Amino acid sequence: MNMTKKSAWLFLVVVPLLALAACTTVKEYEKNRLNDSEMILSARKVERTEMSFQTYREGSSGANGGKTGGGCGCN
Amino acid sequence: MKRICLSVIGLFLVMFAAFAQPGGRDTSQYKPRKLSFEEANLVSSYYKQDGNNSAVEGGRGSEKLSDISNTLDVKFIRWDKQDRKHSYVGEIGMDHYTSASSDKINPNTLSSASHSDTRLYPSFSWNMENLQKGSTIGAGVSLSSEYDYTSIGVHVDYAQKTKNRNGEFSAKGQVYLDKLKYILPVELRTSGNPNSNNGEGDNYSSKSRNSYSGSLSYSQIVNTRLQLMFIADLVYQQGYLGLPFHRVYLQGRPTTAVVENLPDTRMKIPLGFRANYFVGDKVILRSFYRYYTDDWGLSSHTVQLESSVKVSPFLSITPFYRYYTQTAVDYFAPYLTHKTTDQYYTSNYDLSAFNSNFYGAGFKITPTKGVFGIQRLTMLELRYGHYTRTTGLSSDIISMNLKFK
Repeated sequence: MNMTKKSAWLFLVVVPLLALAACTTVKEYEKNRLNDSEMILSARKVERTEMSFQTYREGSSGANGGKTGGGCGCN
Repeated sequence: MKRICLSVIGLFLVMFAAFAQPGGRDTSQYKPRKLSFEEANLVSSYYKQDGNNSAVEGGRGSEKLSDISNTLDVKFIRWDKQDRKHSYVGEIGMDHYTSASSDKINPNTLSSASHSDTRLYPSFSWNMENLQKGSTIGAGVSLSSEYDYTSIGVHVDYAQKTKNRNGEFSAKGQVYLDKLKYILPVELRTSGNPNSNNGEGDNYSSKSRNSYSGSLSYSQIVNTRLQLMFIADLVYQQGYLGLPFHRVYLQGRPTTAVVENLPDTRMKIPLGFRANYFVGDKVILRSFYRYYTDDWGLSSHTVQLESSVKVSPFLSITPFYRYYTQTAVDYFAPYLTHKTTDQYYTSNYDLSAFNSNFYGAGFKITPTKGVFGIQRLTMLELRYGHYTRTTGLSSDIISMNLKFK
């Protein structure tokens, strides 16, 4: 495994563990900021064509809540 | 094309009329037993690109392409006797594209400067949320159809919130069953080739491509300003994974093309991470990172950063930047560099090694009296982005989302 791959795996394991360790319980009435429409943990609807062309023009896809197959994108 | 755009806009306006009843009631506590309209979204985009590494011509030639897409989704909800919320989303999408490279599949018969096609993709999904248990189950079907390609998709999903409602685990399974017409470049259509129609009519043979994917994700509220999400997908593809009209020119054979040849299976593993943070009262930072690897030798990193600045309660501005880097698949080589002994070969630059940058900005307005004074038109979002790739390809995209409630 090269250094870049190692760094990626470390980032995807260590950062989440550190963040989860810092969690506090947030009550419903404290979630006004978290419930803001901009805080949604997915791509916006307006981004859907961007995500499509990135899937076609780049060799990788997935892990962003979008589709992971189907459709051609041949051109 | 004008007719297509006008039809979509017309459909949207008809829907306005159907649901536009004055004096909308407060639905925050109201739980309709009957199916009731929740919201609708119209997303329209215009995309254009240019480059000089067309896969149709073996890694050379124009990649000029433009695409207009419109999607309309409509969401209905109802509550059942067990106090569970059912959501139904119907969606119809239509893309119309022109592509200079498609002309080169058979330059003898296509006279237009840019060959064109239209893709239709309807879908329907349902989910049921049990607020007491904090669980959601759902399922959906989709179809995508264009001249040479048809895809049928199904998915099921399940989500469960943690006891304190600060975390949520989700699982999703998807299957796509695709069929593509085996359209060879014109010079390779011979009577001896069983897959060829000699360039006559529409009687092409077909090939299948199936995709199976599983996705696991976990989202977690860290504090009153920060929330995170981790996503792990596993995708397995099987079948004809190249495209029959992608030419490859082998070493020393500049006048004889062969068809791209790729393995008939591919395993992909993308791992993603999102973090959104509310800074002060007016700025939201959104971030996304993805690591991807597959068994064709391609690995990539994606980083996207976005800040949403609330200029007023009704206007926000969102500049964004995305950086992407990938290695080439083991089977890629440029024009005239593949060896005749290679088992697999492609000159598709989408599978080559490159870096890309994508940047732009958007804005969103949510006026209290509705966009353009239309009460039910609650949101307008516009977004523009410019994309550059180190292979020389560049593109621009402008998108609009109208929300109707």
